[in-house]
Amino acid sequence: MSDSKKPANEQTPRLTRRQVLTGGAALAGGAMASRLTGQSIQKPIAPAATASPPPAPMARPIAPVDAALIPGAPSGPLGLRSPYENPSLAPIGVTTGSTHTPLQELQGTITPSDLHFQRHHNGIPLIDPEKWSLTVHGLVDKPLTLSLSELKRFPSITRPYFIECSGNGRGAYRAPKKEMTAQEVDGLTSNSEWTGVPVSLVLREVGVKRGVEWMLAEGGDAARMARSIPMEKMMGDALLVYAQNGEPLRHGVGYPVRLLLPGYEGNMSVKWLRRLEATPRATFTRNETAKYTDPLADGTVRYFSFVLDAKSIITSPSYPAHVTAGWWPVNGIAWTGRGRITRVEVSTDGGTTWHDAQLQTPSLDRSHVRFVHMWKWDGTPTRLLSRATDETGYVQPTLAEYKRVRGPGTDYHFNAIRAWDVMADGGVYFGVDA
Amino acid sequence: MKRPRVNAVASSGVVACILFVMACNAAGSGAATARSASQPEPPATPSAWPDTYALGHAASPESVAMLDTDVDTTGAGLPDGHGTAVEGALVYAAKCAGCHGAKGQGIPPSPVLIQALVPTDSFPWATKPGAPKTVGNYWPFATTLYGYIRHSMPSSSPGSLSSTEVYQVVAFLLAENGILAHDAVLDAKSLPAVKLPMRGRLVIDTRRGGAEVR
Repeated sequence: MSDSKKPANEQTPRLTRRQVLTGGAALAGGAMASRLTGQSIQKPIAPAATASPPPAPMARPIAPVDAALIPGAPSGPLGLRSPYENPSLAPIGVTTGSTHTPLQELQGTITPSDLHFQRHHNGIPLIDPEKWSLTVHGLVDKPLTLSLSELKRFPSITRPYFIECSGNGRGAYRAPKKEMTAQEVDGLTSNSEWTGVPVSLVLREVGVKRGVEWMLAEGGDAARMARSIPMEKMMGDALLVYAQNGEPLRHGVGYPVRLLLPGYEGNMSVKWLRRLEATPRATFTRNETAKYTDPLADGTVRYFSFVLDAKSIITSPSYPAHVTAGWWPVNGIAWTGRGRITRVEVSTDGGTTWHDAQLQTPSLDRSHVRFVHMWKWDGTPTRLLSRATDETGYVQPTLAEYKRVRGPGTDYHFNAIRAWDVMADGGVYFGVDA
Repeated sequence: MKRPRVNAVASSGVVACILFVMACNAAGSGAATARSASQPEPPATPSAWPDTYALGHAASPESVAMLDTDVDTTGAGLPDGHGTAVEGALVYAAKCAGCHGAKGQGIPPSPVLIQALVPTDSFPWATKPGAPKTVGNYWPFATTLYGYIRHSMPSSSPGSLSSTEVYQVVAFLLAENGILAHDAVLDAKSLPAVKLPMRGRLVIDTRRGGAEVR
């Protein structure tokens, strides 16, 4: 689909063998071509997510007609993306705010580590892993400080889990525009294979006193992100993770260690973790009172809405894709904080009829699952929708139902059904009134 | 909230094994589910694990005190010192107004800080997108303000205010939000006694999955 949604003038131009050999082609990363042309054509390494201003779009490299006719480029220190693929977090330059995963450019379920969404509350701290430590204290028998190398000597486990920001979907709810990408709509969810130490094993070392129901987790960033977490969760499946997709955590994702609370709103999986305190009660920090709470239509405010409800979004086709008449895979991701996704349905007629989508990947506990439904477009305008069901029987609500229950002013935990409108010319746009 | 049963076990190796297996198997809250064929098996038997790995070092009270600057709803964690709103006006003007505005009106992305309850619409948040949430109209506990300002503000130099300056600016914000008299003295005893109007609206999440959308 990627070619079909680009204007004709961006299609790969045809080159003659003569053009290739005389330097008419700028072959990205090609040392041989570089020697031929005498020009530096090394693709610059993408700037860090914190860089500013945004990079100018790269000119589309011109490939030889038959790359088999000249030797290719040598290897480099990192396996770079093809110069034809330029996924990017967006927006960049954010110190207090969020940068979104380009969901529409991804397949499968694992989010590439450099495309994991980031939500910062006062920038990305630089922490020397040799100086990092975690202190566990409060209502415990033996307050303990662990270095990174000591933490890594505990038994560890590796599991795939999603992390979704509690505010994911706010832009689409508050100020929907039909020209929104899946990245802009719901790009604050990512899925990784995490490696770390169960918090329960560290709590065993310190000896939590009887009856203690809460812990405070605090980060070592300039926001000093702090959240109260039920001891039951910490004694259960909570992890102290130091690796993501097989390598140390990425800088903006919490390096060197973050808390990972499977299924809970992302804000609680405190990044750059440095302190855990067993406390006699919830602390009611600023980020669990002023923010991350749910005002309800009955005039109450719901606190500690930790577990994320089931959700899904079609990532392809989605804006700015164009489709033509014929068969297309409608695919996307689904997830729930309450265990496994058991069913994803797709509607290609605006919700009149629903079809069980194929779960393309294993449906794992609190992990993204990818679904696909084959659809034959007949050329008439229509609307595409997806609807997830989880193992508790919860069904992702329509936008109207969500709005009725939670109110138009609600600020977190947006999980209503997403829609994409297919226009007569094949243009696909976010369905603002799903 | 019920007391979790698992935390009574502190240093029993046997129970630690159970905890570890729980960690490996745990599913979504409240849903006991069988391991699917695709789910990886937990690590090999932990029965040989020792009672302790003897890793790390004891955290001294001094090192803990350096890190532990949060304040809970009872006032635990509040330091010595005191302040009034009159004094806090000066601190606010010097350290806070640059981002939050002279009147606490907020300069995006810095939020509105001063907006008391509106008698005619004391609960706009479910219906009005973006309605400001201030200590006067939304926050349930005044102690939260102290802990947050103490370690996270001002954002250009977090943790730089003295204990007294924090009391002063907390008093200022409470007074400007109509909670506190401008000459009232705030300290470790009086701050936790401040009652915020929204405290009674607080309810704890009771969602547990299932068909109902809540």
